[in-house]
This record gives sequence, C-alpha cells and structure tokens, in this order.
Amino acid sequence: MDQALLLSRLQFAWVVALHILLPAFTVGLASYIAVLEGTYFFTRRPLFLALSRYWLRIFAVSFGMGVVSGIVMPFQFGTNWSRYSEITAGVTGPLMAYEVLTAFFLEAGFLGILLFGREKVPPLVHFAAAIMVAAGTLLSTFWILSANSWMQTPAGYAVVDGRFVPTDWLAAIFNPSFPYRLVHTTLAFYITTAFVVIGVAAWHLKRGQHVDESLMMQKMGFGLLALLVPLQVLVGDQHGLNTLHHQPAKLAAIEANWETQAHMPLLLFAWPDEKAERNHLEVAIPDLGSLILAHDVNGKVPGLKDFRPEDRPPVAIPFFSFRLMVGIGLVMVALVAWGLVLWRRGRLASARLFHRVCMAASPIGFIAVIAGWVTTEVGRQPWVVYGLVRTRDAMTPSLTAGDVALSLAVYVVAYIVIFGSGLYFLARLARTGFAAGEPGAQPFATPARPLSGATRAT
Amino acid sequence: MSLDLVPVWTAILAFGVFMYVLLDGFDLGVGILFPLAHGHDERAMMMNSIAPIWDFNETWLVLGGVGLLAAFPLAFAIVIPAVYFPILFMLIGLIFRGVAFEFSHLSHRGRGFWHGSFFVGSLVATFAQGIVLGTYVQGIPVNGRAYSGGTFDWVTPFALLTGLGLIAGYGLLGACWLVMKTEGRLQEWSRHMARRFTLGVGAFVAMVSIWTPLLQPQIRERWFGGEHPFWLWPVPLITAALFVALWRSIARRHFAPFLGALGIFFMAYLGLGISIFPMVVPYAYDLWESAAGPRSQAFLLIGTLFLLPIILWYTLYSYYVFRGKVKADSGYGHTEAAVR
Repeated sequence: MDQALLLSRLQFAWVVALHILLPAFTVGLASYIAVLEGTYFFTRRPLFLALSRYWLRIFAVSFGMGVVSGIVMPFQFGTNWSRYSEITAGVTGPLMAYEVLTAFFLEAGFLGILLFGREKVPPLVHFAAAIMVAAGTLLSTFWILSANSWMQTPAGYAVVDGRFVPTDWLAAIFNPSFPYRLVHTTLAFYITTAFVVIGVAAWHLKRGQHVDESLMMQKMGFGLLALLVPLQVLVGDQHGLNTLHHQPAKLAAIEANWETQAHMPLLLFAWPDEKAERNHLEVAIPDLGSLILAHDVNGKVPGLKDFRPEDRPPVAIPFFSFRLMVGIGLVMVALVAWGLVLWRRGRLASARLFHRVCMAASPIGFIAVIAGWVTTEVGRQPWVVYGLVRTRDAMTPSLTAGDVALSLAVYVVAYIVIFGSGLYFLARLARTGFAAGEPGAQPFATPARPLSGATRAT
Repeated sequence: MSLDLVPVWTAILAFGVFMYVLLDGFDLGVGILFPLAHGHDERAMMMNSIAPIWDFNETWLVLGGVGLLAAFPLAFAIVIPAVYFPILFMLIGLIFRGVAFEFSHLSHRGRGFWHGSFFVGSLVATFAQGIVLGTYVQGIPVNGRAYSGGTFDWVTPFALLTGLGLIAGYGLLGACWLVMKTEGRLQEWSRHMARRFTLGVGAFVAMVSIWTPLLQPQIRERWFGGEHPFWLWPVPLITAALFVALWRSIARRHFAPFLGALGIFFMAYLGLGISIFPMVVPYAYDLWESAAGPRSQAFLLIGTLFLLPIILWYTLYSYYVFRGKVKADSGYGHTEAAVR
C-alpha cells in the first residue's frame, strides 16, 4: 500500500509536471497570437501577419501536445485517486466540468478555424477565433486553479457521511487562496511565454536574420515584461502572506523555520534535517524573514514544531524549490532592466552578449513555474484537501504496487518519446518558421500549399 | 422537496458519450483504415479530412469522464479503477495518434514512425475502449464503495470480442466519413472498405447480441421475460433494417452511408442502455445511488443547459467552415511550409 501510494504520487507528479509545461507556454502564446492577429486586422501591416503565422505553427504543435497530455489528467483521478474523487467530487467535480464546458470546447471549436481557416472565413471571424482560443486558455486556467486552490484552502462546504457537499458555491470557487493563485499563475504563464519569445528573437538577431520581426518580438516581449515582472514580485509577496495565514505549516517548511519566533531570520541557504528538527549550514540575514512575512521585524512567524510531526510537510523540497523560484524571479528583474536600457539606447539588434543571455534565459519561466508548483503541492502534504483529507486516504484501494510501477514506467517512456520529439520539432520550427522569402513582401501567398522544395530550409 | 435531476444528468451524459463515440469514432476509424490505403496522396487526404476537428472530437471524451465524475462520482470511482490498464492503453494510444497529426508533417526521416503511431495509436485506443465497454457490461465486482476485483479482470473472451467489435465499428464510421469527404479513387476505395466493415460490424453485433443475455440474467430477463419483449421488438428490427439500408446506400450515395452507420451505432447504444438501465455500476449501484448531491448537480446543470447549445452552435459552424470534399493540398500547410 505504501509503495503503491508513493508510486501513484510519482506518477501524478510526472504527468502533471510535463503537462503543465504546455499550458505554461500556450496560455501566454494564445494571447500573444490574438494580439498579433488584432494588430494585423486593424493596421494591415504584413509584419504582424508574418509574426502571427510564425507563432501559430509553434502554437499548433504545443497546443496539440497540451490537449493529449491533458486528457490524461482527469483519468488519473479515477485510476489512481478514486477515493479522492468519491469524497470531493461534490465540490471539485462541477468545477472541472465547467472547465470542459467553458474552456476546452471553446479552444478546440475555434482552433481549427484559427489554424486552417484563414482563407475560408472573413478576416474578422479569423481574428475572433484567435480571441476565442485565447479566452478558452484563460478560462481553463481559472477553473482548474479554482479546483486546485479549493484543495489548498477549502471553503463553502459541509462534510456529510464523510463526503464533501457544497453549501456556498461562490465561497467554494473564490476560496481564500484562489485569487492570489490565479493572478500569480497567470502572470507566471505570460512571463514564461514572453521569455521564450525574447529568446527566439535573440537567436534570429544574433544571426542577423528577420531583423524587423525579431526586433518587434523583443519590444513586445520587454514591453510586457516591464509591466508584469515587477507586478509579479508584488503579487508573489501577497500570495506568501496568504499562505502564512491559511497554510502556516507550508510556510514554515518553505522557510525551514522550526521555532515560532519574532525576529525570524531569512535563510539564504540551509540543510534542513527533519529528524533532528533543525537546520545545518545556515546562511541567514537577521530579522529579514519577519520583515518580509509580517512586514514588521517584531512579527511572530509560526514554526514547524507547532505542528505534530505527522501533520508536517516535507521541509527540504519546498525550501529549495521556493528558493529556486525566487532566485529566477530576481534574475528576471535584472534581465528586464538590462533589456530596457538597451532598448532606450537603440541597441537591441546589435548587443551580441545580450542575445546570448536571452537565448540562455528562454526556458527560465518553465523552471520557475515547475519550482513554484512543487513548492505549493509538496507544501500541501500530508493533505490532499488541506487539514481534512490525507493523501494516503485518497488513493484507489484496489491498486497494487506492481500495477502502478507498470503504468508509471509506460508513462515515463511514452512521455520521454513524445516530449523529446516535440521539443526537437519546436526548436526546428523556431529556427525555420519564417521559411522562404522575405516575409515583408509577399508572406505565404498560398499558405494551403506547401512551398516548393527549393525553399527547403533544413 | 427538490426536483430529481438524475434523469436530466443521465440524458446529458448519455448524449455526451454518444457524441464522443460518434465523432471520435469516425476519426479513430480513419486512423484504423490509414495503413490499408494506397499511396501517399490518399493517406494525406485521409489525415487532412480530420485534421481541423479531431481535438474537438476528443473533447467529448473529457466531458464524458469529468461529467461522470461530477454527476455520478461513485460510478467514476468504481468503474475507472476496474479498467486501470485499458484506460492507460487508451490514453497512450490517444497521445501517440494525436501528436502524429503535427509530428508526421514536421518529420523527415521519422515520418514513417509517426504515420505508424497514428495507425497503432488509433487501433490501440479503439480496442481499449471496446474492452472497457465489454468489462462494463459483464459487471463490476464491488465491495462497499470500491472496486474489489483484480488487475486483469478485464481479460475475458467477451471483453476482447467487444474490443474487436469496436474496431470494426469505428472502421465503418471512418470509411463512411471518407465516402462523404472524398472523391475519385479514394472514395471508391472507401466504399469498398465500408462494405467490408459493414459485414464485420453485422457479425459482431449479432455475436454480442446473442452473448450478452447469456452472460447476465438481468439482461436476459429484460429482453426475454415478462411484458418487455413486445415493446423491445423494434430495436433489433430497426437495426436490421438499417444494415440493409446502409448496404444499399454504399454503392452510390455520398452522405447516406454515414447516416446509416450513425443509425446503427445509435441502435446498439440504445440496446446497451435498455440492457443495463438503471444501473450505472453494473450490477451493484443504480443511477440514484451513485449520483452527486442535488446541489452539485443543480449548480452544474444551470451552466450546462446554457453552454451546451452554444457549444453545438459553434461546432456546427466549424464543421460548416470545413465542409465539402478534401483536396490533397488542404490542411497542414501551416507547418509543412515551415519545414520545406
């Protein structure tokens, strides 16, 4: 049973972590494409059409991967977490069903028109399809994060015969951590996409090709980031305060804080020792922890020893993954500042070192998203519904360790093949996506017909 | 005190699952027929005929799964663990065929691999769905509120038969879809395939219809006991008539064969419903015992009644945009142009 539980958790972590990489990219990209299509619709500047076509190809591949890896997710609740499903479906079931009805159908219904319908529908309808797909991705984010947040900070429910029944739907949907998680995650997705756009543009700029398009990408990217990255720092701080209030044990683990104390130091590094209930090798800044978390150096911050050992989350994983996320956030602030300075000086096209750094930075959003996800989900342990249902009581009773080992092995092999190939194809599309000809002049006059072999770029 | 929403949710879910079977049925069927076609152009047209709509079709599967979870959580929590491995195979099959649409166009040397995964993925997903169906009709052992059977209880002759039967069924839907969407040599070939698969489906429908009542006393009683048979005679008669009509329409009609195949699927689905109603975890829990509380069902119903008509409206619009016969060069230009 314990082995089956551990393997089921690993399986869920594996399929959700790889799946989330795709929405982390496509949520932002769908909105970017809608903006490009809208700009083209109103200005008729071919540059924006070329950019939209370029990113649409990349979107098609990543969205398809997101769809098929997303179908896996609801079935996980049935195959491996049937107790969870039975106990919580009264509340989480309708939230997920609304995701399907408002988001998945909308995305899928208009994706065909967006990808294949440019010549078949009026321009306004094509632009509207781009908006619908983008709206679908955002609605999906809304509902699934509402369900996830309800597991973190349950509200609006009663427990009848050991099962959750809703008492107040607004309270359940807008549960205490949901507004913070929604804004924090959506910003993270937009930022992740923007860093990919900037990195890809830098690759073209470094080679001196597609300069107009790439400069536009960099300006749009840095324009957005100049707004969103500082905002994300503020929102992240507020999300942390929300966690302190509603999930103090998670916060204590994030800070590796064992004793409840005022003047809590901020640990830059430590090696948490859960057996000895203390840290080794601490590197700390005095008082700063209390200042950040209570906005007061005398503020008291709860420690892990306030909680019974069986109610504590693992400490080392949230401690390090949180620091990874915040560290990436600081790198992002520095990069955006650098980019804005170069932009002001008109040097975005020629700064060779900067191009290299942007290319290296293109995946950092994904790493931050995964690190943040690990922080919040591992920090929720040992609960599946915080404070109410333990993860080990959520598993399907009939599963054996052998069953889960086999299914996990299949998922691992399949996802390595699919995501490995997908990454390879996406990288090639990013390199060759502008294809032949000068996009400014006559961009893809006959898009339905593959261009001739003479323009083969690879 | 409050309105009984269970019949409404039963109808909505039955509709959703039927939409899935019908829509993904024909595009999985195109995948099953894929390696049988001759020539690169024919295969490209087959894939192009479903490229703009396949992921929309698959969304009905997610609605079926999540709808079951939301409206009948106990059924979800018992039935899905009973088919742990068939569900795994279905999901992996759907992944490999789904990415094949894009990957096969992007790949140079690996194109054969992704064409293969389009076919094998479609075949495996269909077979697994058929096994789920057979396992479900056989009945699911239950202890308390959980599945109590073993890991491989689904490996039975009956479930394997329904697995093969669904391959024939989706193959028929796919062939009839191609008759409707193509012309010339490919259409002639599709008519030929449709004829073969009609014979296959007829054989499987007959076998399953005979075997099912032998398998379950409840089903035998439903069809052959008491007053019911009189009312149920039309089901096999209409099904037989549809087979005849389908067979006759294949030679020359464009749209009628697809309608005929749709009708046969509907009758088989109706027969299944008659056999197991009102059970939703056969033969342990009925719909009312498995239902979510009225507040959960009511909350979801309000939005569903509003959203489903809108969804159907833009579905029709999307199919309307991509109406007519497919040509060899329509479809994946958006990626192919980039690679060449």
